[in-house]
Amino acid sequence: MQKNLKFLIDQKEIEAAEGKTVLQAAAENGIKIPALCYHPDLKIKSNCRLCLVEIKGEKGLVPACRAIIKEGMEVKTRSEKIDRTRKVNLELLFAQHIEECDDCNLAKDCLLLGLAREYKANIQRFLDRKKNRKVYQFGPIVFDQTKCIDCRNCVEVCAEQSVGFLQSRGQGAGTEIFPSLCQERDCVYCGQCIMHCPVGAIEAAGEFENSEEFLKKDGKIKIFQFAPAIRASIGESFNLPAGSVVTGQLVAAIKALGADKVFDVSVAADFTTMEEAQELIEKVKSNTTPCLTSCCPAWVKYLEFNYPNLIDHLATTRSPQIIMGGLVKTYWAQKEKINPKDIMVISVMPCTAKKYEIQRKELEVNGLRPVDYVMTTRELAYLLKKKKINLAGIKPEAADSPMGDPSGAGVIYGASGGVVESALRTAYYKLTGKNLEKLEFEQVRGMDGIKKAEIDIEGKKIKIAVINGLGNAKKVLEELKRDPKAYDAIEVMACPGGCIGGGGQPIPVSPEIRKQRAEALYLIDQGKANRLAHQNPDVIKVYEEFLNNDKIIHKVCHTSYNAKTKGEIKILKNSKETK
Amino acid sequence: MIIERLKKEGLKGRGGAAFPTGLKWEAVKNAKADKKYVICNASEGEPGVLKDLFILRKYPEEVIKGINLAMREIGSDSAYIFLNPKYFPKLEKKLKKAIKDLPIVLFKKPHGYICGEESTLLNVIEGKPKMPRLKPPFPTEKGLWDYPTLINNVETFYQAVQVAEGKYKAERFYTLGGKVKKKGIAVLPENFTVRQILEHTGNWPNFDFFVQVGGGMSGEILVSEELDRPAGGAGSIIIYKKNANPMKIMRKWARFFMNESCGQCVPCREGTFRLNEALKRKDFDRELVEDILFVLSEASLCPLGKGAAVPFIGYLNKIYAKKP
Repeated sequence: MQKNLKFLIDQKEIEAAEGKTVLQAAAENGIKIPALCYHPDLKIKSNCRLCLVEIKGEKGLVPACRAIIKEGMEVKTRSEKIDRTRKVNLELLFAQHIEECDDCNLAKDCLLLGLAREYKANIQRFLDRKKNRKVYQFGPIVFDQTKCIDCRNCVEVCAEQSVGFLQSRGQGAGTEIFPSLCQERDCVYCGQCIMHCPVGAIEAAGEFENSEEFLKKDGKIKIFQFAPAIRASIGESFNLPAGSVVTGQLVAAIKALGADKVFDVSVAADFTTMEEAQELIEKVKSNTTPCLTSCCPAWVKYLEFNYPNLIDHLATTRSPQIIMGGLVKTYWAQKEKINPKDIMVISVMPCTAKKYEIQRKELEVNGLRPVDYVMTTRELAYLLKKKKINLAGIKPEAADSPMGDPSGAGVIYGASGGVVESALRTAYYKLTGKNLEKLEFEQVRGMDGIKKAEIDIEGKKIKIAVINGLGNAKKVLEELKRDPKAYDAIEVMACPGGCIGGGGQPIPVSPEIRKQRAEALYLIDQGKANRLAHQNPDVIKVYEEFLNNDKIIHKVCHTSYNAKTKGEIKILKNSKETK
Repeated sequence: MIIERLKKEGLKGRGGAAFPTGLKWEAVKNAKADKKYVICNASEGEPGVLKDLFILRKYPEEVIKGINLAMREIGSDSAYIFLNPKYFPKLEKKLKKAIKDLPIVLFKKPHGYICGEESTLLNVIEGKPKMPRLKPPFPTEKGLWDYPTLINNVETFYQAVQVAEGKYKAERFYTLGGKVKKKGIAVLPENFTVRQILEHTGNWPNFDFFVQVGGGMSGEILVSEELDRPAGGAGSIIIYKKNANPMKIMRKWARFFMNESCGQCVPCREGTFRLNEALKRKDFDRELVEDILFVLSEASLCPLGKGAAVPFIGYLNKIYAKKP
């Protein structure tokens, strides 16, 4: 059992578990110690030097992020000396960081700015030495060197993703973080760098600057659709606790923004499940497993770029947002007697790679992109706040039918393990004609990076691997090189914890926050009368009325992949000039 | 046995930090691991210090003997000599001759002051970025490739042999430079004061002066009334004329530290840059400079950043302030 230690912080007695750092113990007890380079997902780098504290008996100031608590220790978090180092250190940080606070990821939540106020730092004390540094755009990701404070969080998280695209070079004040020019490394747009940047130096294209553009487009019918993971995360942007489920408020808020219809992408996830379950069955029957999931566009690009020889194993089933956009512009448009060209489909996604996914040419249906614009969870929250729509206080509304009510299976798509769990529920039915007695696959749930399970379907054992985080995916892909039949079904989500930890989600994020978001999705599933994609009446109806032949199913629900070469790295004049 | 004698003789590291050698050897000896390393730090990156070059030239066999002694004592079968790149061509042959077939690798240090810092040195040998590691863990617990590692300065190994062979005379190698009459290396008792060293070597100046001791960049500043204490650090003494141009002196230091900062932590990366900028300006903003020196010394991650503030603080308090 873990032992609790008692010690003093600023003369207040604190109790915390053995092995914790002073910074963690302080945070648990509501004592604020400033820290910029610290992130619970990352290694301790201790390079921002803001968390320095005094510990009785120790020489000089000690970084709280590294100091392990001891019984009876005495910690001081404020003193003349500490305050002076923090003040000057903040001034030195601002000397590297161009303030562009009016359109920043962090806006009011900016740690730097808050600390500057608290410690009375003169943020203009030094001339910005990085004002002539570059602003890069690669795919939908924009990295502004003029704001970067060289903490290297992004470099670490990018390496952790086994992408290694963002790197650091140079020495001293010549240090710079830059996108790799190496042809063997390319960004997959997962956006984890954004999630771990403490100063808003990285954002997704269109976030904040262009968010409103599409709302101004006259004569278009604006269809909004929101991803499974958003309902359990956007509340955080409106001061609700992590894991608050706000599906109805989300719909109402989007409507208040001027949407003509609001659909729930979880319904489309049910279509994805139907198709993917079928693919899995076929791959098992033809002994061409493993079947790799394909709803995560960052993962798909990662595979296309790094492991093109495995492309044949990727499920051809389109991701839920693309299936839904395709259905809106075909099935729904026909039903409503609307010219699909007059429809604008806007997705709200927990993801930055989804901005890239919609540009893939092979996804077009009748010459139209299924989805016209993707905004991140952050982007929607920003826009709602700008329009003074308080999501937390708005009266909930139901999403529009016929694609408004998903099965529970469609909702858990937002968490790591959710896609495979949904597909197995349906595959089991398709193979046996019966539903599983126990629907929950506990082994594939949770935050572990690699989860393994085996399921017996009438004597046939299906081996499953569920992965979140591309670094973990790499491990399993390397395992496949040695043992190609190690698994039958492999689910990969590029982000930690799956889409709930996606690169478009509210900041900050932590293992605890991701856990709460995921649990919220599983609770929704548990509370649903229907938890099976194949029993969703809307889905059944669409299959009967529209998706009733292979040609149309293929057109709307399937796609193709190809080996990718390195994408373009653009240099912008400033971060406002994004595309 | 040797460890007890090192302790008894009170030998302290001669690289600058003066850590008791016996304790360090003991820590590595007692560390449980299936592999251990010994590293001879021959970086000598501090300008104004030349004693390791002197020792390696004159007594290469003794140094190798010292490394070998340490290897046997702590149970290591692999050692490195981390050699200053400028020294490398001068010493390569000599050292290889002395090494013979012992498992001691001559490693050419890359350029850069920070590389001589012991944890950066480990990163360099491992092929990692030239940056200090966070301590703890100390190299004695987790050093090269995470194995317990004994890192000592050239002179320390030389002196350890003197201790082992009963020849230790509690002396050290001093480098004398700057405005001295006789530049070079002097071997004198380690407890000699700076005054004694200067007098003994016939170097006591006949002009108003101050000295920088322990290192030509990060060394401490002492005025002539403060010389009744040992030189410390890496044992160098540099004499300056008291009326030397202050800006010229400070700019020299500032440029050096700015160029040598690895860029890992904020106070040193940004602080050394801003210090250099502040000193380039015509109007000397003392408040600003003192603020930067304060964070450098209090908040830097490694000894380089902390050491960068040392000469400025001494100079500003003892000499600059007293100028009319």
